[in-house]
Amino acid sequence: MGLSTGKEMELSTRNESDAMVVSVKGKVDTVTAAEFEKYLTTQIEQHSDKNMLIVNLKELYYISSAGLRAILGATKKLKEKHGDVILAELQDTVREVFEIAGFHSFLKIFETEQSALEQI
Amino acid sequence: MSRYKTMRILSEIRRPARIEHLRELVAFVDKCAKTHGIDSERCLKIGLATEEILVNIFDYAYQGSEGDVRVRCGADQRGWFAAEFEDTGIPFDMLASDEPDTTADISERRIGGLGIHLVRKLMDEVTYRRERDANILTIIVRS
Repeated sequence: MGLSTGKEMELSTRNESDAMVVSVKGKVDTVTAAEFEKYLTTQIEQHSDKNMLIVNLKELYYISSAGLRAILGATKKLKEKHGDVILAELQDTVREVFEIAGFHSFLKIFETEQSALEQI
Repeated sequence: MSRYKTMRILSEIRRPARIEHLRELVAFVDKCAKTHGIDSERCLKIGLATEEILVNIFDYAYQGSEGDVRVRCGADQRGWFAAEFEDTGIPFDMLASDEPDTTADISERRIGGLGIHLVRKLMDEVTYRRERDANILTIIVRS
C-alpha cells in the first residue's frame, strides 16, 4: 500500500494567508516519525508569522504512537504561540487511532481542508 | 489445558531485537494475517499493534544488552488469528502498566503508554505470560 514514488512517507507544505497546510502521505511509523517531527518543527520555525497549522491526512493510511508524538509536539509549540493544529481529511483507521488516543479532545478534526480553512 | 498450549503455530521468525528489523517483522505478521483471511483494514490494525509491541521490546526488554525477539503466527483453538511476541529480557508485563489518561488537557499529555493502549483497543484479545525465562505477549483477532 506504499506510495507510487516508492517512498514510505511524503511531506509537503502550502502557505495560505492564515495558516500553513502540511500534507503527509503514506505511512508515519517509528521509522519515519523522526523525519515527520523534524519537518513539522522546521515549518513552524520558518513560518514564525503564522500560528495555525492544518495537517491534511487524506493520503495517510497509517500512523502509530510515534507519529502521534510528533503531532502532540507540534500542537504544544503552536499553543504556546496562541495557535493550534487542525487535522483534516482523515481516513477511517487513522481517525480511529486519533480517537482511541483521545486526541480529538484537544484537536479539531474537519472532514475537508476547505472547511478547516474557513473556520480559522 | 490453556488456549496457549493449543495455539497452532504456522510460521515463526526470529531476529535481533533492534529497530532495523521492525519493517521485516511487521511484514511477516501482515503476511500471516492476510493468509489467515483477515481483511485489509484489520491487517492494518494488526500491523500497528505489532509495531507498538515490537518497539516496546526493542526499547525495554534487554536494557542495553542484546537479545532476540521471536514472532509466531497461527490460530488459537477457536480458529482465530493469533500472533505471539517473545523475548528473553527482564520480566516485564507491558499490559500491567497504567493506562494513559486520554482525557487529560494537552499540557498534561504524555505519550508514554499510548502504544500499548492502542494495542489493547485495536485487538480483540491481548494477554501476557511469563514462561521459563521468556516474556510472551499474544494478540488475538477474531476471524
